[in-house]
Amino acid sequence: MKQSFYERIGESVYREVLPNGLQICVVPKPGYAKSYAFFATRYGGMDTRFCLNGRWLDTPAGIAHYLEHKMFDTKEGNALQELAKNGAEPNAFTSNAMTGYYFDSTEHFEENLKILLSFVSIPYFTGESVAKEQGIIGQEIRMIEDNPDWQIYTRMMKALYQTSTARTSIAGTVESISHITAETLYDCHKAFYTPSNMILTVVGNVDPVHVVDLARRVLPREGGPVIPRDYGTEPEAVAEKETSLAMEVSCPQFLTGFKCRPVKDGEGYLRAAVLGDMACDILLGDSSPLYLRLYDQGLINTSFGGAFEMMPGVAYLYAGGDSKDAHRVTAEIQKEIRRLTAEGIGEDFYQRVRRAAFGSNLRGLNSFENIAVSLTEGYFHGYDPFRFPQVFDSISKEDVLGFLRDNLTEDRMVLSEIVPRET
Amino acid sequence: MEVTRTKLADGVYLTYLPARKFKTSLLSAQFVTPIRQETAAAYALLPAVLRRGTVTYPDMGSLSARLDKLYGARIDYTVRKKGENQCVGFVASLIDDSFAPGGEKLLEPVADLLGELVCDPATERGRFVPAYFESEKTNLIDAIRSLINDKRDYADSRLLREMCADEPYGIPRLGDEKSAEKLQLQKLHVQYGQLIATSQLELFYSGSAGRERVERALLSAFSTLPRDNIRDVAAARTHPAREAVHTVTEALDVTQGKLGMGFSCGSSDTAALLMGNTLFGGSSNSKLFLNVREKLSLCYYASSLYHRQKGMITVSSGIEFENYQKAYDEILAQLTAVQNGDLEDWELEGARSTLLNAYASMGDSQGKLENFYLGQAATGQSETPEDLAAQVRGVTPQRIFEAMKTVRLDTVYFLRGKEAAE
Repeated sequence: MKQSFYERIGESVYREVLPNGLQICVVPKPGYAKSYAFFATRYGGMDTRFCLNGRWLDTPAGIAHYLEHKMFDTKEGNALQELAKNGAEPNAFTSNAMTGYYFDSTEHFEENLKILLSFVSIPYFTGESVAKEQGIIGQEIRMIEDNPDWQIYTRMMKALYQTSTARTSIAGTVESISHITAETLYDCHKAFYTPSNMILTVVGNVDPVHVVDLARRVLPREGGPVIPRDYGTEPEAVAEKETSLAMEVSCPQFLTGFKCRPVKDGEGYLRAAVLGDMACDILLGDSSPLYLRLYDQGLINTSFGGAFEMMPGVAYLYAGGDSKDAHRVTAEIQKEIRRLTAEGIGEDFYQRVRRAAFGSNLRGLNSFENIAVSLTEGYFHGYDPFRFPQVFDSISKEDVLGFLRDNLTEDRMVLSEIVPRET
Repeated sequence: MEVTRTKLADGVYLTYLPARKFKTSLLSAQFVTPIRQETAAAYALLPAVLRRGTVTYPDMGSLSARLDKLYGARIDYTVRKKGENQCVGFVASLIDDSFAPGGEKLLEPVADLLGELVCDPATERGRFVPAYFESEKTNLIDAIRSLINDKRDYADSRLLREMCADEPYGIPRLGDEKSAEKLQLQKLHVQYGQLIATSQLELFYSGSAGRERVERALLSAFSTLPRDNIRDVAAARTHPAREAVHTVTEALDVTQGKLGMGFSCGSSDTAALLMGNTLFGGSSNSKLFLNVREKLSLCYYASSLYHRQKGMITVSSGIEFENYQKAYDEILAQLTAVQNGDLEDWELEGARSTLLNAYASMGDSQGKLENFYLGQAATGQSETPEDLAAQVRGVTPQRIFEAMKTVRLDTVYFLRGKEAAE
């Protein structure tokens, strides 16, 4: 087992790869009562088209999320209850490119870990149990369809991307999930839930050797083939400039997105992520001149914020919140980009934003979930997330300006709005 | 974990929790005052106006620059309801001194800033800056209105308002839109003076600094805090049970219906009710989850919450409009099952472990600790999470059934779609 110590953030990680290809990371956290386990596969809402045994399969939108729901079923009953009996709080989520199963518990950790590894690696569905889930997920879809934050984000993604499966709603639609059968679920499990496509991360007061031994005993001996996926060939241009929807909301909301250049996996991926975040902070973060001016003018409130996101073949920066005049705000954002690229970034401002960003990344290490998800994403994309202090050191003002110039141009920008329905 | 609560001054208390395992320290200052219709909106507005600027850092730009330099320290204003009290103030989070690359001390400057936000706001002609007042008033009104954007929160809050219409507990934490619209600069400044002089101030610290250092920093930061005739915090009164069930239906343009049900609890055995509620709908192992969701596929969520201070249980669920009666009947049937002791051993022990796990892991989160101890202080209680865990360990099945038998349906709130209503 390899141990790495990260002095600047006071963390250690033990890493091991099992003969079946499973990556294991253990982050010891002495002094904590709970331990947290996160077991994830590189498979999410955007992996709808892939090649299994030489055959290309097109699967319904929402299938990765559906599979996540059904994985809790076991031959004996339901893993959720098995874990809950031990006081563990299990749950799972599906994102665009990942499905993760997790729990935390203060007692019986190893027993719980064994349950987690078993139920995620052994599928058990029947036609009846698959059909029954349609009602539950159907209600989940109805719930998010009523949620303006979800609507505005999903519509922005559809405006940004023409063909990429990043446009696909992770939960799918009531219609798309009606085509899901036990057989397709088994196919997807077989393709993506192989140890070589997965990573186990444990954070807490645990013995790394025990974790590795347990995984070795419980999981299948064989890994699995690499599964080619098709995310679509995405052109540079956005799909549509503006999209608007009327809903039962109290005030208008908006999101503006910029289609950025995608980045290849490797150490450069982390650098791109940190650079994108820095650009976001400098352009429109809480202490940026733009934020302060728009807030003073009453054009935005504390709901305003932005982020930079990446997934396979896709990178975008977006920002938004409540505003009575979304067009004015987006015009101001563009104006600020032009000002920054023309005048440059003040040294004092740059240094303090960098300081604050370091503090905020460090604060993130209080969260076990955040640690586990970062290590998982790092593994899937070939970088070490705990090297963020060094990456901060390597980024200059000119890098940030280069990012703004290359990515935040007017032709790459879209606007998604939710407006109150007229009554 | 040796928690201490000491009196630093008249009506000023410090809850101190030493911890070395976090990357950060948390420092909180909260004024606790009985929630009242007349003052709720004004007190909710105060921390937002105060957060706009101080004498030394007169605008958001200079405040942000100061916080950035302190390695991205955060100071967020908070407005919470604990029992029948409103708690307003600031929560600060700062990286632990040991991680400051330059070896700077961060506790003292952050405490000073906190004290300044409370005691030395930016003013114009002896009142708050009018522009700050106006813009935060607009934001408050928008925030109150925006409750409707999240239909689950909206339905939960509507149920509480209907159920506790004549009790302080029914007052929303931000007050209501009408009172917010009437707020005036001059009056708010007077109310500010009253709040900080007469209400109890709860300070909270979790981090690696020693207690004396924390006390020194806070005493110095709050040295100019006025103190005069400190008002007691409100002791919550139990919700009086209704004779007949109160039912309210509302129609909005939504695709999913929301069914909320409120119950009164006649028993004062809080530990037994806590267990009973966990069995009923308080976990993913509960009767509601397993039956209303998993067995009947009626919803994605159906859960219940026990309001310890008020002796109430509320149920929240999202359903198809036409499944109203089915869901309603099933929720009541599951309550009856808990009341009749129709339970398996694993359900009972699962519920107990869920609660014990939650208490045991509370010490792993500074945010949860702060919220818990504020709740305890605001409701005049002194148990630690360990004490509450011990109470839960001692609850017998018999006590649970007896306590749950006193649970009666009180109020029903149903949110349905507009088409369905026509």
